[in-house]
Amino acid sequence: MRRAFAPWSDPNAKPLIRFDNVTKRFGDAVAVDHLSLNIFEGEFFCLLGPSGCGKTTLMRMLAGFETPSEGSITLGDQNLAGVPPYRRPVNMMFQSYALFPHMSVEKNIAFGLKQDGMPKDQIAERVGEMLRLVQLEKLARRYPSQLSGGQRQRVALARALAKKPKVLLLDEPLGALDKKLREETQFELMDIQHDLHMTFVVVTHDQEEAMTMADRIAVMDHGRIVQVATPGEIYEQPRTRFIAEFVGDVNILEGHVQGQENGLWRVKTPSAQVPLTIDDPDEVLHSGQAVAIAVRPEKMVIQRDPPGPTAINVLTGEVWDIGYLGDWTVYRVRLATGEILRVTRANASRFVENPIDWDEQVYVTFAPDAAVILAE
Amino acid sequence: MNRRLSLFNVTSLVVGFAFLYLPILLLVVYSFNASRLVTVWGGFSTQWYGALFRNQALMEAAWVTLRIALLSATLATVLGTLAALALTRYGRFPGRTLFTGMVYAPMVMPEVITGLSLLLFFVAIDLDRGFWTITLAHTTLTMCFVTVVVQSRLMTFDRSLEEAAMDLGAPPLRTFFSVTLPLIAPSIVAGFLLAFTLSMDDLVIASFNAGPGATTLPIKIYSQVRLGLSPEVNAASAILIGIVTLGVISATLLSKHSVLRSRR
Repeated sequence: MRRAFAPWSDPNAKPLIRFDNVTKRFGDAVAVDHLSLNIFEGEFFCLLGPSGCGKTTLMRMLAGFETPSEGSITLGDQNLAGVPPYRRPVNMMFQSYALFPHMSVEKNIAFGLKQDGMPKDQIAERVGEMLRLVQLEKLARRYPSQLSGGQRQRVALARALAKKPKVLLLDEPLGALDKKLREETQFELMDIQHDLHMTFVVVTHDQEEAMTMADRIAVMDHGRIVQVATPGEIYEQPRTRFIAEFVGDVNILEGHVQGQENGLWRVKTPSAQVPLTIDDPDEVLHSGQAVAIAVRPEKMVIQRDPPGPTAINVLTGEVWDIGYLGDWTVYRVRLATGEILRVTRANASRFVENPIDWDEQVYVTFAPDAAVILAE
Repeated sequence: MNRRLSLFNVTSLVVGFAFLYLPILLLVVYSFNASRLVTVWGGFSTQWYGALFRNQALMEAAWVTLRIALLSATLATVLGTLAALALTRYGRFPGRTLFTGMVYAPMVMPEVITGLSLLLFFVAIDLDRGFWTITLAHTTLTMCFVTVVVQSRLMTFDRSLEEAAMDLGAPPLRTFFSVTLPLIAPSIVAGFLLAFTLSMDDLVIASFNAGPGATTLPIKIYSQVRLGLSPEVNAASAILIGIVTLGVISATLLSKHSVLRSRR
């Protein structure tokens, strides 16, 4: 069960990990740029971004493999500056898994415990516990080369969890798995994190993965954090066009603000004959300002019959492409301006009489609160 | 593609191998010759092997050779491995290219020059020529071969394995001994075997740096041939060929195994 868990909105909560104005430079290249971030205990935190955005560097600084050029990282009450990786209460699951090929599964899992000088019987007990957790009891004596990709991933997870770290770092944990296995493993990771009440920090470029698993997501671009929020907020209230386009599919309509009426913004756009009406009260805009309107494909309605004269936010076009995905149908609608809209419709019933066909003239509408205004 | 060998392929293979190995085969066959004359076949016999083991001077030389080979190969392995680690691990340090070139130089340097320069060096520092000078000379010669073998293994080494070990609490030195060393061990052993066989059959550098007290087997054989062929030399050479072949084959197998292991 998911509990109401939101320490980030509690002003008195003390973060477990604090990045304070951290910069990391490699020669002339800036990988992480004056970045500040708080991560709380028990959080499942995702660093999401395209490759080269600095998310892996950020994680490696937390693990101790890179040192910040500027700024500080604190874990609990400890400043991590100068603390080598082998003295940090943080463990990492590597993207390549980095299993020791010359050690059996149980030896791999026991490796970290041995470094701590734990007595043999306790090591055996803990290894057994870990093997049960990832359901690999039968493979304890196998070597990594004798395991499948999914099994290796589990060994890597068990090895990283064995020392009960304060924070578990996962670098693209599901990247090497096939789609089906990836989905299953996502939920398993969530269960494990919840049962152990551990703090997980995951680096991923896969927005679906981040959306499914994370309590909060930090979207990164060019070494900076663009937005930190819950998956729902990131999807429904993206702060920038980059986020709207990076997380999920989105239709962007460009235009200029005309003014505000009854708390609703009027935006003139070449894509529609009548100015659009958008309900996004949080935005502070001025007349004439260039903006982008972002509407998710599932929040648009496609219809063949013309909407009534009082209807708002009407776009007209013709069906360019139809993609049937089983649960959804994707329509690509070409507007007079040449823009292609992506509109999805859930296939709620099995048979549709006279369905919308290719090249048909159609009307696409959306509610004022379905759209988000993004200042350019 | 036609995978069967054509007549041309077979012929060139046979001619090529015959060219390379017929003389060696002949030498081994004649070591089992019953006749006293090296060039005349007088029936099968192992008597020269017996005579060889009773030949004090030859046995002495063989023992010296073995000791030099073991010692210089050990030294070369330690130094060569360290050089390989420095070259692959410490990225770009000032003079890296120069250092790399200098490590590999003995490989392409004519042996006569290496031998002569070492001789001059030993004379200059007033070191008596003998067992130790040959050992040092062979270490210089064979170290670069160890470096090449170990370095090629380190290039394909997944650094995240070491990071994982450190992440799990192992300090750098323990990481090296528990993760790095076991994984590159096959290539180190291969390097050692290569160094060992190179030292075993080296004539040029050894003869420059040998002294009255220490003569290696290749020097001994060479000087005996000049005095007139003795079938004992054939027997000694056959044994030497056996040891060298064994060494080279094991080295190849080990480095192959090491590469396969790194891939899985």
